[in-house]
Amino acid sequence: MNELIFFFNNVIVGGVALGSIYAVGAIGVTLIFGILRFAHFAHGDMMTMGAFIAFLLMLACQALGISVPFLPTGFLVLPVAMVLTTIIALGLDKGFYAPLRKRGAKPVTMLIASIGVTLIIQGLIRLFFGSGTWSFFESETKQLIRIPVPLEGVTRTINFTQPQVLMVVCTAVAVLALHFFLTRSRLGKAMRAMADNPDLAQVSGINTKVVVRVTWIIAGSLAAMAGTMLALDVQLKPDLAFNIVLPIFAAAIVGGLGQSYGAIAGGFLIGFAETAAIFNWSVLLRPIAGALPFEVPATLAIVPTEYKLTVAFVILVVVLLWRPTGIFKGASS
Amino acid sequence: MALIELKNVIGGYGGAPILNGVNMSIEQSDIGVIVGPNGAGKSTTLKAIFGLLKVTEGSIVFQGEEIQNALPDRLVPKGLSFVPQEKNVFTSMSVEENLEMGAFTRTDDFRPTIEWVYDMFPVLREKRRQPAGELSGGQRQMVAMGRALMSKPSLLLLDEPSAGLSPRYVLEIFEQIVKVNKAGVAILMVEQNARQALAFASRGFVLATGKNRFTGTGPELIADPEVAKSFLGG
Ligand SMILES: Nc1ncnc2c1ncn2[C@@H]1O[C@H](COP(=O)(O)OP(=O)(O)OP(=O)(O)O)[C@@H](O)[C@H]1O
Ligand SMILES: [Mg+2]
Repeated sequence: MNELIFFFNNVIVGGVALGSIYAVGAIGVTLIFGILRFAHFAHGDMMTMGAFIAFLLMLACQALGISVPFLPTGFLVLPVAMVLTTIIALGLDKGFYAPLRKRGAKPVTMLIASIGVTLIIQGLIRLFFGSGTWSFFESETKQLIRIPVPLEGVTRTINFTQPQVLMVVCTAVAVLALHFFLTRSRLGKAMRAMADNPDLAQVSGINTKVVVRVTWIIAGSLAAMAGTMLALDVQLKPDLAFNIVLPIFAAAIVGGLGQSYGAIAGGFLIGFAETAAIFNWSVLLRPIAGALPFEVPATLAIVPTEYKLTVAFVILVVVLLWRPTGIFKGASS
Repeated sequence: MALIELKNVIGGYGGAPILNGVNMSIEQSDIGVIVGPNGAGKSTTLKAIFGLLKVTEGSIVFQGEEIQNALPDRLVPKGLSFVPQEKNVFTSMSVEENLEMGAFTRTDDFRPTIEWVYDMFPVLREKRRQPAGELSGGQRQMVAMGRALMSKPSLLLLDEPSAGLSPRYVLEIFEQIVKVNKAGVAILMVEQNARQALAFASRGFVLATGKNRFTGTGPELIADPEVAKSFLGG
C-alpha cells in the first residue's frame, strides 16, 4: 500500500501538474497554428517571459507589503502578469509577425522569425536577470499538503504542494473559459471559422485582424499562466520553458494541430507518460518480488530522468502512426 | 439606376490581367447569369466585385458608390454577399454556426433571418446541429447560400451553385435561387449549366478571354444562333 501511495505521489500528482502546464502551453501553440498557420517556436519563451513578469510583480508586492493569507503571491499577481504578457505578445506580433504576414511570408519563414524572437526574449531575460535560477519561495514557504490514508500499516501520506492544487484549479478555469468562449461567443466562433477556412471567413466579412489579435490575447495570457505555474512548481531560470517547448509542441501535434481540446488531451497524455516513464517501477515490484521469476533491480525506470524528453517523441510517433493527424483530427500540414 | 455596374473592368492576380474590360449592369430585380468557356474569367469577375483581386482599371459602382478594391468586411455590411465555388462551408462547424458566421458583420438581432433561411431551406432546420461537413453536396450548397443570405444582402454573387449536383438537385437549387430573387435579392451567378440557367436569367453575359462577347436577356442569348453555336454547344 505504501508503495502505491509512492506511485500516486510521483506519477499521478506529478503527471497532473506537468500535464496542466503542457496543456495550457499547447493550447496557445495550437491556436496560433490554427489561425496564423505557423509553428510558434517562441511560445516557450513567451511562457518564461510571463513567469519573469510574475516574479517581478511578486517582488513588487512583497516590497509594498501586499499579500493575501494562504495564497502564494505568485498566484495573486498572475492575472496582472497575464495582461502584461498579452500586451508584449501583441507588440511582438505587430513588430515581427504582422509585417511578414502582410508580405505573404511562408510558414517556414514565420517559424524562423519566431526562432529569432526566442533568441531576443532569452537574451533580454539574461541581460536583466543573469543566467542563474530564482525562486518564488524565497520569503514565502511552499506549503506541502499531506493527506494521511486511514488504512492499517500505511505510513506514507498522499503529498502535494499548494501551488500544484492551485495550478489544477487555474487550468480547469482556463479550459472552461476557453470552451465557453469558442462555443458561445461571436468572436470565439469566428476564431473557429477562421481556423476551419480562412478564405471563407474573409468572404463572410469576419474581421480577420481582430481574430488574429484575440488569438494573441488568449495565447499570450495562457503562456504567462503556464510559465508562472511551471516556475512555481520548479524554479525560475532564463531557459525555463525553452526546455519544454518540444513536449509542448508534441502535445499540440498529438492532439491534432489547431484543435484546442486535442492540445489539452495531448498535454495530459504526455505529462503522465513522462512521469510514468521516469518512475522507478522497482518500488511497485518489490513487494511481489517472491512471485516474480526474475530479480527486481534497485532501479527500474523506463527511461532515465535525463532522457525524459524522448518520451514525448515516442508518444508522438506512436500516435501519429495510429492517427496521422492527431487524436482530434487536426491540420495535416 | 442600376444596383451594380461594372464599367470596363481590368484586373488580375498580379501578373498579366485576367479581366480585359468587363461590362455588366444588374438591377435590384435581376437574375444575372454569366456563362463562358473554362478560364474565361467568370469566377475572376465575381472575385473582382468582392475585392478578392486587384482591379487596375475601370470602375465597379454599387448603389451609387465606387467599390472596386474594397475588402469583404466593408462590402458585406453594404449589402454584398458571395458564395465561392469550392470550400464554401465551414465543415467543422454546425449548420447553425455557419449561418451565424454569415451574420458576423451585423449588430442587430439576426434570429429572424435564421428562421427566414430555415423557411427557405427546411432541411437545414432539421440538420442545424450537424457539422456542415457531414451534409450532402446539395445540402452544403444550401448552407453556403444560407450563410451568404444571413447578412441580408441586396446582391448575392454565386459561383457555380449547381456544380457537382445531380440533375434533380440542379433544378431544385435553381428553383431556390429564383425564390431568393423573388424575396428581393438581386442575383449575379456563374453557371456551367448554361442553357438551364439562362432560361430564367433576366440578364445574361457571355464571357470569353476576360471580355464580354454577348450581352442580353437569357432567352435572347439562347435564341442567338451564334451564342448557341460557340458557347452553348449547338
Ligand atoms: N488565384 C489565382 N492566381 C492566379 N491566376 C489565377 C487565379 N485564379 C484563377 N487564375 C487564372 O485566371 C484565369 C481565369 O480563371 P477563372 O477562375 O476566372 O475562370 P472561370 O471562367 O471561372 O473558369 P471555370 O469555368 O474553369 O471556373 C485562368 O487562366 C486562371 O488560370
Ligand atoms: Mg470558375
